[in-house]
Amino acid sequence: MEQQQRDGVATQLPEPAALADKSAGVPEKHLVPVFDAKSVSIFYGSFRAVTDVSLTIYEHEITAFIGSSGSGKSTVLRAFNRMNDLVPTAHMDGEIDYRGISLYGPDVSPVAVRRRIGMVFQKPNPFPKSIYENVAYGPRINGIRKKSHLDEIVESSLQKAALWDEVKNRLGASGLGLSGGQAQRLCIARTIAVEPDVVLMDEPASALDPIATGRIEDLMHELKSQYTIVIVTHNMQQATRVSDRTAFFSVLVNPDSDTRTGVHIEYGPTQRIFENPHDKRTEAYVTGRIG
Amino acid sequence: MTVDTYPERARDSAPAASPAAGRGRRRPRRRWGDRLLFAWTWLIIIWLALPIAVMIIFSFNNPHGRFNFTWVGFTLKWYGPHLLDYPSLTTAMENSLLVAFAATVGSVVLGTLVGLALGKYRFRGLGTANLVQFAAISAPDIVLASSLLAFFVTLRVPLGLPTIIVAHIMFCLSFVAVTVRARVLTLDRSLEEAARDLGAGPWATFRLVTLPLIFPGVLAGALLAFAISIDDFVVTSFVSGSTQTFPLWIWSATRNGLPPQVDVLGTLIFVAGLVIAATSALLGRRGTR
Repeated sequence: MEQQQRDGVATQLPEPAALADKSAGVPEKHLVPVFDAKSVSIFYGSFRAVTDVSLTIYEHEITAFIGSSGSGKSTVLRAFNRMNDLVPTAHMDGEIDYRGISLYGPDVSPVAVRRRIGMVFQKPNPFPKSIYENVAYGPRINGIRKKSHLDEIVESSLQKAALWDEVKNRLGASGLGLSGGQAQRLCIARTIAVEPDVVLMDEPASALDPIATGRIEDLMHELKSQYTIVIVTHNMQQATRVSDRTAFFSVLVNPDSDTRTGVHIEYGPTQRIFENPHDKRTEAYVTGRIG
Repeated sequence: MTVDTYPERARDSAPAASPAAGRGRRRPRRRWGDRLLFAWTWLIIIWLALPIAVMIIFSFNNPHGRFNFTWVGFTLKWYGPHLLDYPSLTTAMENSLLVAFAATVGSVVLGTLVGLALGKYRFRGLGTANLVQFAAISAPDIVLASSLLAFFVTLRVPLGLPTIIVAHIMFCLSFVAVTVRARVLTLDRSLEEAARDLGAGPWATFRLVTLPLIFPGVLAGALLAFAISIDDFVVTSFVSGSTQTFPLWIWSATRNGLPPQVDVLGTLIFVAGLVIAATSALLGRRGTR
């Protein structure tokens, strides 16, 4: 019954495939907006964590959020799959549209949202289960029971995450036994196993060594053809290497209350943000003068 | 190991300056210390295990009558139908097991919820709630017992098995809550978020991610609750009315001598506890591998 109910709500979110059909006649370069954030502010209790974010994220692009600590990048990212709903004191002003539907609309179930919009976390966090079970977990809770079907999903997800060749002979081994880079790719496989439309990545490589980071970045390039990716990163080189568009966030210090509020400064094609920033604060950050 | 190699290195690096003197005095002292520690360790182990060993040995004794205090001869007969020679003892044991199971189930359900709340959330009164848990653990049994009796009598609740179970759940709950809370504090919150992200609702997340991760704490709490409940005497004696449990029966029987059945039942409880503990250790090892 729970399943039916969830599916019922899920159908209210438009299928990306259906949208693709509609836009079949337009030129290849045409940008399809996936997220449209309008004047988003996010609060924890009465504390304003991030203020006035307006930006549009496009399909099959990698969008990077850069900025110093406390600038609200992760908070905004977590708003895109309603993960902030899990924090009891958090609430949001403004609006986020996902493919033309209000993400926070009264009819939209957060469960359906999160299934469609996947997330990869900063620290690789495989479940304390086998590699196979880690990937099969999502499909299972979404009602797939048939072993052969699950086998298929596990193999294709691990292949997409460029991990299959390394683990195909030990799918029964614990996911906790993998190296950091492998574990993070396992988490990516786990996320894409539920066939999301968007993958949100919260500093996915910050806990990894340069080689593992390089593999994750290569992987993002490959996944871009099928998914829309939003990545939060501290690493400006990473943003220039992987992203098509970059949003820069900064911190406003409120001297009265000694609190820090994140603020969205500038957004545009990555090359322009780094080579020809319009805002002085962006320029100072990308040239390394602050942060 | 590093301590062992240290004098060797010191000797190599300073060959001229009378190495024998320094070594000669230190080595024996360290050996003495090692021997003392070894002896002390075994002394403690024997001290802890001796009463249990005596109980197990005397469960195989073949005394004449009810006084099982001197060794007569070896027999296995108490491990057969003779175990049930005293119907009142059998009933008391059944009561104890029933109470222990009910108290374990009740305190595990409630205590796990308390432990989760205390470990996961920050709320007004968190400090007080934590303190109450430890206060309940450290309060003397006799205080709990007399206040519970006063409580039941005031409310005119008839004393018997239900009141024993309620009382046991009450003092076991805090032990479960504290062990579960300790486990919850080590929980990586992003694991629950990852599960939610894959489309699991709150209940599915709890069942498939949270509960397996905190299960060692829940199991430890359950074993603790069972062990505390099955041998409780003080609280039970206050709230039992005319119902007898295993410890109460032993206490009232001591005046007329303790039959070997008591040692047999004690041994069986001990062995069952060992088996459960060993199983959980094995499962725990498999779970983390």
